Amino acid sequence: MSWDWSAVSEFMPRLWEGVLLTLQALVLGSLIAFALGLVWALAQRSSLKIVSWPVTAVTEFIRNTPLLVQLFFLYFVLPEWNITLTALVAGVVGLGLHYSTYTAEVYRAGIDGVPVGQWEACTALSLPRSRTWSAVILPQAIRRVVPALGNYVIAMLKDSPMIAIIGALEMLGQARQFSAETFQPTEPITVIGIVFILIAYPASLLMRALERRLVH
Amino acid sequence: MTDLTWGLWELLLNGVWLTVQLTVLSALLGAAVAFVVGAARTHRLRSVRFLSGAYMEIFRGTSALVLMFWIFFVLPVAFGWQLLPMWAAVLALGLSYGAYGSEIVRGSLAAVAPAQQEAGIALSFSPWQRLTKIVLPQAWPEMIPPANNLLIELLKGTALVSIMGVADITFGASLVRNATGQSAPVYTIVLVMYFVLAFVMTRGMRVLERHAKAGVGQAPPAKSFGVRRQVTVPRQADASRDVPTTGGAS
Repeated sequence: MSWDWSAVSEFMPRLWEGVLLTLQALVLGSLIAFALGLVWALAQRSSLKIVSWPVTAVTEFIRNTPLLVQLFFLYFVLPEWNITLTALVAGVVGLGLHYSTYTAEVYRAGIDGVPVGQWEACTALSLPRSRTWSAVILPQAIRRVVPALGNYVIAMLKDSPMIAIIGALEMLGQARQFSAETFQPTEPITVIGIVFILIAYPASLLMRALERRLVH
Repeated sequence: MTDLTWGLWELLLNGVWLTVQLTVLSALLGAAVAFVVGAARTHRLRSVRFLSGAYMEIFRGTSALVLMFWIFFVLPVAFGWQLLPMWAAVLALGLSYGAYGSEIVRGSLAAVAPAQQEAGIALSFSPWQRLTKIVLPQAWPEMIPPANNLLIELLKGTALVSIMGVADITFGASLVRNATGQSAPVYTIVLVMYFVLAFVMTRGMRVLERHAKAGVGQAPPAKSFGVRRQVTVPRQADASRDVPTTGGAS
């Protein structure tokens, strides 16, 4: 095994750029996933079959098909329909859309976990529907699902290298470019593998701690 | 969909077959890893628990795609081991999804009532006998629903191997795209193919779960349509009027 420390130090500036882009994609993707997931969860509970049924079908479909193919779809098919996205935007939208179908399930479980008494109290106080949701049900539901949402952010982090395949220069993209130029794949790919663990492991410890505080 | 000739369809269908093979082989490797690591995490020796925990954290902590790049590009250069692309893909998928699976195995082993273990000790079963004859047969019906979710994640993960030139569905899709110059039809077809595979797998696992639960005298799971999965979020303590949820050690 040959390990060249000078290649590591040469790779460092690009690694830093890659880390920043990964985190950027992660934050934007999470925002889309959190917002859209809530929309899906509420639409799935709708009493109108014409709303709940298609939303359920679409989210099931997105959740059970590979993110990579969805990214290809966003990146290659949309331009044929005159919507051209840059690699980063397509990647962020893809990550956000894919994970919104997971967060929808998390919100659903959280909403189902709110005791019936809370709903009955809202009825008894004749709160309007919007107020029932915004002031009573969602605050209780979301508090309990924060750790579960966080775990999906970590999962999204680990899927984020896929956006390198459509050309975004996040960590894996930078590592690929570096190894193509210098013919030294060992150092950059090993380093980014370790960086993923360095980000994901403390984050998952944090989620476990949050779970103890918020849920139990 | 007009431009797809029979030859192009054949590319996609060969891809489906390869994806199925990849999924089955990686699932077998992953299951073996999951059982060994998951059982090792309940071992009485601290060092064994530490090593298996470290394996789990490392392989769950890093990205499956980065691991795959490592096995494809770093292993040959750094160690001089060049694996066939298919086996490198199976190795990468099996090792990383096995790490996720080990948590399922550990969780459901821990969910078996401690009295069962104690009864085994009282009857002077060896630790191995307790594991294989008492704990595992009761734990494994619990493993099936989360294993099904993981299996679908694995199926989705197999799409990554197309980047390494393994001719799976996604690889076939890019060939067809280049041949026809159109992306929309082929990627739509490919997404539907993956969905159908996931659907069939979920149905199969449902049947398996029913058999497994009947084998240990539990009621079969509630019927539901499609591939809907359950997310378990702990319920509030005063939710006693709610219908109790099934499953989950949490």
